[in-house]
Amino acid sequence: MITTTGLTKVYRSRGRDVTALDGVDLHVREGEVYGVIGQSGAGKSSLIRCVNLLERPTSGTVTVAGQDLTALAGRGPRAGRELRQARTRIGMVFQHFNLLSSRTVQENVELPLDILGLTRRERGHKALQLLDLVGLSDKAGAYPAQLSGGQKQRVGIARALAGDPKVLLSDEATSALDPETTRSILQLLRDLNRQLGLTVLLITHEMDVVKTVCDSAALMDRGRIVESGTVSELLATPGSELASALFPVSGTASGDDRTVLDVTFHGESATQPVISQLSRTYNIDISILGAAMDTVAGRQVGRMRIELPGRYEENVVPIGFLREQGLQIDIQGQQPELVEEGAAK
Amino acid sequence: MQPLLSQACWDTLYMVGWSTLIAVLGGLPLGVLLVLTDRGGLLQNTVVNKVLGQVVNIVRSMPFIILMVALMTFTRWIVGTTIGREAAIVPLAVGAIPFFARLVETSVREVDGGLVEAVQSMGGSTWTVVRKVLVPESLPSLISATTTTVVAIIGYSAMAGTVGAGGLGDLAIRYGYQRFESQMMWLIVAVLALVIAVVQFAGDSGARVLHRRSGKGGEPLRFRVLAGFLPGGPAGATPVKSTDS
Repeated sequence: MITTTGLTKVYRSRGRDVTALDGVDLHVREGEVYGVIGQSGAGKSSLIRCVNLLERPTSGTVTVAGQDLTALAGRGPRAGRELRQARTRIGMVFQHFNLLSSRTVQENVELPLDILGLTRRERGHKALQLLDLVGLSDKAGAYPAQLSGGQKQRVGIARALAGDPKVLLSDEATSALDPETTRSILQLLRDLNRQLGLTVLLITHEMDVVKTVCDSAALMDRGRIVESGTVSELLATPGSELASALFPVSGTASGDDRTVLDVTFHGESATQPVISQLSRTYNIDISILGAAMDTVAGRQVGRMRIELPGRYEENVVPIGFLREQGLQIDIQGQQPELVEEGAAK
Repeated sequence: MQPLLSQACWDTLYMVGWSTLIAVLGGLPLGVLLVLTDRGGLLQNTVVNKVLGQVVNIVRSMPFIILMVALMTFTRWIVGTTIGREAAIVPLAVGAIPFFARLVETSVREVDGGLVEAVQSMGGSTWTVVRKVLVPESLPSLISATTTTVVAIIGYSAMAGTVGAGGLGDLAIRYGYQRFESQMMWLIVAVLALVIAVVQFAGDSGARVLHRRSGKGGEPLRFRVLAGFLPGGPAGATPVKSTDS
């Protein structure tokens, strides 16, 4: 639904070039919620702004719903008619809501409809429908200043949906909200994704957001996508930074001659009594340093950090046993090459 | 004294009214254009921006009395004469356009860039951005700018007497100062003070009403006044005890 190839954005400030995007290839499938996560300055904002060409990429292409937007853009900084028309089919919500303070809630939602050329009656009708969809029909006559942050974002979402878009871009939509409100807004995005088949591309710096709503995720660092995939793929990737950030377990080794393993259970393996089997079969004492069960992207996932006596070399066989059970094992404190080696399928 | 004063009042209002109207009509687009063509603006164009900026600076740097003389040919071409009230309106308006344009520029610059981005993301054109965002969002500030401009024009209009346009300032100079009728002079000063107080009050109230609407102030004034009297007014406005609770 959204595809970017070799997307590069270079800002020139005071003679120095700053590369915000460095060859980003992103592929968002139709109907999924795709999260791009990264620290501030990683290039997330530039990326999402390049998708509807609020910012012109220096090179590379952006295709949304089969339409090559970069081809529509022309050379000048102004958006031509064709690009503007394409934008009406891409909704966008913002971190700071960006509602017009001089207009009521209903008038704010009517603005994109006005741009689309609907008559006053059609606008009013549609705006009320949209407000109903986000649960704010009673606030139609209020001004944005009278609303709470969560309500403002609901208006922002209603406004973004006015052009019946197939794609919704969310630029840190929940970053200015408290945890409770964040959850309800994410729930709303999820519902809209399901009900309307809306494809959602969201950027965030909060892992919880990805965990709650995303089907797929990508980790950005210094203008590049470091990891990407569906959340379950990521969780099944040994040594995945995103997976361990999505699902952190803590605990440190109690001594030098210990081996610390992160065991990830998902699917059927979660129901097997593997730890006691391991203990009985090899007659070793296992201590559990940390463990958690959680729901990631609607799937039950468990992760446990355990400690085995002896160094890694002495525990190769028990680790092999665990891998045979279909568990995913990440060995802590090992050289990356060893992890790679162990991960070879 | 009475007819002199009322005639002068009328002359002042006539000149100030027309030149304010022209200043707003000319200064608003000019001010918006200064913002749009600036670096990073929607219609970025360094040449246009620099030229407009320089023209504005030159006109603003001219003392009004010099401007009036300098514009005489232009004035004759527009209104057919260089003396009288109509002839004074031309330099007043020309002097006030760049003044107002700079105030508009400052007000429009205050508008949050995120709002512009939001409208662009909906597929809005630059013209839509100007009409739906830049002007309405800066309206309270634009009203204040208009008030300041009116007060400045009233000040300039005192010099309109030099082209025989009359007005309060002219009366104060000719009767009060040159004929030593200090009573007359102070009376006119008092009238001018009153006029300016009224203008300032009207402008401030206008700006405040708009501000309150979009700020934390709650519902528009008319709603709050009406709410108490209307039977199906806004919920909570009329405490009606329901019987089934």
